[in-house]
Amino acid sequence: MSDQPPPDSTPRQRWMAALARAPRRRLAEAVAALDPLPEHTVLRPPEVGLGLVRGRMGGDGRPFNLGEMTLTRCTVRTSAGHLGHATIAGRDRAKAELAALLDALLQEPARQPALLSGLIAPLIAEQAAARTACQADTATTRVDFFTMVRGDE
Amino acid sequence: MYVAVKGGEKAIDNAHRLMGQTRRGDPAVAPLTLQQIEQQMPLAVARVMTEGSLYDPELAALAIKQAAGDLIEAIFLLRAYRTTLPRLAETQPLETTRMTVSRRISATFKDLPGGQVLGPTFDYSHRLLDFALAAEGPDTPPPAAPEGSPPEVADQPMPRVLSLLADEGLIQREPPGDPEARVGDITRQPVDYPAERDVRLQSLARADEGWLLGLAYSSQRGYGNSHPFAGEIRQGTVAVEIVPDELGFAIEIGDITLSECEMINQFNGSKTEPPQFTRGYGLAFGLAERKVMAMALVDRSLRAEELGEDIAAPAQDQEFVLAHADNVEASGFVQHLKLPHYVDFQGELATIRALRREQAEAAAGKDETP
Repeated sequence: MSDQPPPDSTPRQRWMAALARAPRRRLAEAVAALDPLPEHTVLRPPEVGLGLVRGRMGGDGRPFNLGEMTLTRCTVRTSAGHLGHATIAGRDRAKAELAALLDALLQEPARQPALLSGLIAPLIAEQAAARTACQADTATTRVDFFTMVRGDE
Repeated sequence: MYVAVKGGEKAIDNAHRLMGQTRRGDPAVAPLTLQQIEQQMPLAVARVMTEGSLYDPELAALAIKQAAGDLIEAIFLLRAYRTTLPRLAETQPLETTRMTVSRRISATFKDLPGGQVLGPTFDYSHRLLDFALAAEGPDTPPPAAPEGSPPEVADQPMPRVLSLLADEGLIQREPPGDPEARVGDITRQPVDYPAERDVRLQSLARADEGWLLGLAYSSQRGYGNSHPFAGEIRQGTVAVEIVPDELGFAIEIGDITLSECEMINQFNGSKTEPPQFTRGYGLAFGLAERKVMAMALVDRSLRAEELGEDIAAPAQDQEFVLAHADNVEASGFVQHLKLPHYVDFQGELATIRALRREQAEAAAGKDETP
């Protein structure tokens, strides 16, 4: 009943996933707290497009195309030379740019510890807590069906 | 034959203005917000996303508002919007086995590893109108959580029900397939019949729910050899992964809500296969349980040929099912009949008059013969 990140995921995969799921406000606050704003160049401005969503036959078989979803991607480079990338579900261009910038900054050894502890760890904890709360609600609907013996024998 | 007509611009503008008024209703009533539609009509949003073939709850809510609640019109709007965007990525195949489940039931086994959870459902309700909702105001508290401490969330795995049967060899396994193989895409290539199952499933996912529901029902009532059980129904959220070219590794871009159904059907076996169960599969965006159940039944019916069954019923006929399943195409062709056909009709009218004149003249000629 869990959708945890795969155990073999890298730290960068984990922070990119947390940024993609975060509300834009949290990313904006984290960037605003960096004074001055780190210099960066937007290599690829936020672009809204489609992702073709694939399912699997029977859930675990050959792939097929289920439909599309909106997504937004952006790439930035910081003055320190790190490339930051974001692709996020939905059409929030500002959030995609914030996520790409934070991805670049998280690659800077000097900034990484503070961003991990101040932003990413709390986001991961909140996302896990929200999932647990949903699961707790769902768990109240757990059923134990039992079969009645038919009385027409 | 289509003939251009001119004029009527002013009338058309005014008709659209009136449609705007009809959509808005009494201006003394507050307008709907997209959040209200997205939050309080999630099943309508799910249908528009699934059949519009675009997962974006906010856009689906906008389409529903603009279409004044006509979901097929809303689906059309979403399909049209989709064509304005470039396709930037293909996702990794969704791992629904790892779904964060909000509902999971099976009609075939009462005791399952991971258990059964009903989640949000209309099942087991008495379908009595709830007049308390009619009196609901902005200050009405939302439905409360049950008293007492929340139950332990057992983080136990939920293996696929059908994999339990497959482990005993009693149901066909889904072949894993070649990860490099091309996946059919009906948005880029028209469907050739007979179509492969990937193309069929994509068509069925976009198909009109009412059409699939009727066909599924027909297959249960005897038009086609169908003896289904709902092996497993799941709803919940699944992470979406893509592999951006510039990174070369997979990243999660968010979660989407899905409904999934696996049907179990009898199969009497063939010369090469022993008697066993076979599968039908349904998958859709959002909360769309009826849709995925119907889709799974029709998917199985359309597998008749590959399983060596007779194709005797409409639900088993690929071209009949798939070529008429798209409600944007269907409503376009049915509704085009109301557009001006004046020249066509004048032609038909002249033909009928000529035939009647010939008939009358022939009759008169006969009368004159002694």
